[in-house]
Amino acid sequence: MSATATIIAATAPPEAGPRAFIRRLRHGDEVAHLVTFIFAASILLLTSMLVYELWVTSHLSRAKFGWSFLATRIWDPVFENFGALPYIYGTLVTSAIALIIAVPLGLAAATFLAELAPRRISDGVAFLIDLLAAVPSVIYGLLGIFVVVPLMRTVIGPALKNSLGFLPFFKGPNYGVGFLTAGIVLSIMVVPFIISVSREVLLTVPRDQREAALALGATRWEATWKVVIPWARAGIAGSVFLALARALGETMAVTMVIGNATAISASLFSPGDTIAATIASQFTEATGDLYLSALVELGLVLFLITFILNGLARLLILVTERGGQRG
Amino acid sequence: MSRLHLLWRKSLNILMLTLTGVAALLVVSVLFLILGCLLWNGGKSLNLSFFTQLPKPVGESGGGMANAIVGSLKLLLLAAVLGLPVGLLAGVYLAEFGGKTFSFVIRYTTDILNGVPSVVIGIFAYTLAVLPVKHFSTFAGGVALGVMAIPITVRSTEEFLRAVPGTLREGAMALGASKWRTIATVVLPAAKGGIITGMLLALARVAGETAPLLFTALGNQFWSPGWSQPTASLPTVIYAYALSAYDDWHRQAWAAGLVLLALVLVANVGTRLALSRGGAARGV
Repeated sequence: MSATATIIAATAPPEAGPRAFIRRLRHGDEVAHLVTFIFAASILLLTSMLVYELWVTSHLSRAKFGWSFLATRIWDPVFENFGALPYIYGTLVTSAIALIIAVPLGLAAATFLAELAPRRISDGVAFLIDLLAAVPSVIYGLLGIFVVVPLMRTVIGPALKNSLGFLPFFKGPNYGVGFLTAGIVLSIMVVPFIISVSREVLLTVPRDQREAALALGATRWEATWKVVIPWARAGIAGSVFLALARALGETMAVTMVIGNATAISASLFSPGDTIAATIASQFTEATGDLYLSALVELGLVLFLITFILNGLARLLILVTERGGQRG
Repeated sequence: MSRLHLLWRKSLNILMLTLTGVAALLVVSVLFLILGCLLWNGGKSLNLSFFTQLPKPVGESGGGMANAIVGSLKLLLLAAVLGLPVGLLAGVYLAEFGGKTFSFVIRYTTDILNGVPSVVIGIFAYTLAVLPVKHFSTFAGGVALGVMAIPITVRSTEEFLRAVPGTLREGAMALGASKWRTIATVVLPAAKGGIITGMLLALARVAGETAPLLFTALGNQFWSPGWSQPTASLPTVIYAYALSAYDDWHRQAWAAGLVLLALVLVANVGTRLALSRGGAARGV
């Protein structure tokens, strides 16, 4: 009889309600599930809190300036008049320079690693490139100040002026620090991201795609350029977006070499500032509530931009890798 | 004509393939340039007093960064205590318990958090741990670094738990172990090496972070006892000294840069080597 009762108890549907839930907690499984669930949920909570804090702390600035915050050229802590346009401009210009240098370089290196180099060498080099990505930002800044800035003043800058000086981008005095220097340092910092993601994506391109092209008489380069790269297009774009998100948010190295000036200038030699660099260099000096609030709103803008870019990048990489598995 | 065309295609092939090789070489050489530059400039100014003495006032040469080294270690300890358990348990949830929708949401949020610029994390930690008490502190810096360590730990923990073969779990359960017992005594030990590696890499990454410390831990010329005062740390000292106008401070910045880079690279190379050797031994 007791055996029947046990069977009935075992086959009976689990009880509902809070008391049953508490009773089930006596078993380790439910406790473990609950505890790990709470910690997983805490990540969601933390991220929501981050957005909430940025939103609330930037309230003063949002209420006073509204959307014009994004389009005003003045940043005047003395008269408490704040507009983010020069910093948005600086962020876009430095990131654009970084991508113009890093995308061809990174893509070429990734192609070499995925298509030409033997697997052992490819893995070894990929490891070194991961190390390059692990170098702290402030070290890039250190090298930027003491190596790239003097080089810019004495070699790169004059060379650009002599050859391309007729363009508005390369006019004006060259101090060594400025948009171009920041862009160059940034390009070195984001190149590892482009290489490691693009390499992964290129390696997922099915072998028969390559072989078919080669069998049709294409050279190695033609097979790569006309078949493999188009196949991996979306994933490569994803790697570029990731690099862009990284470049936009990069702080220390840029702060140290951009010259920290609130300016919009066509000349790439001109000192400027980016959103992240402005926050880093002015946050501790922010005396008034409105000043602080405006800096936090800069942080909010930066968060939103990188949020959108990261989302896009993940989507593109996912789409390509799924495609590779299917084919 | 067609032979000329073939010649053109072949030369283009060789040219472009060479260029890709040159690009790869160029990027890798940057790493060695950085290393060489720091060894050259930092090695000259590195000595014992760098590790044992406090910074000297402006104008006096010599002195060291003992307080910044200890400050960095304290910040890392806090980051480990605050960030790693969250990352570990959330990773266990995603790999072992998670359903479909909620897991996707958590994974996506983790990616978002990972992509948040470090300076924004700094603002977040400022609003959490500096604004309410109205002063900068070691604790606030630890909070910032801890938040940054979470997403990296989550993803690596989940990845390594998933790499544990399902047969191990089934074997333990067939022997009558409950689920949490299986996880605690079979799955986690099997993935232990990988998980610890992931944690060390997370700490190595936050060890070099500067931006989130600028307005949380701030900086300090002296020792910082306890957890509620501002503290110096290696990255912020490099930043401050590199931007200063004194040659002696520049030399110190190089030395600190060398120490920081050595720490980060040794952690990276060491853990990865240990992992690949462990992986080979397990036959994975």
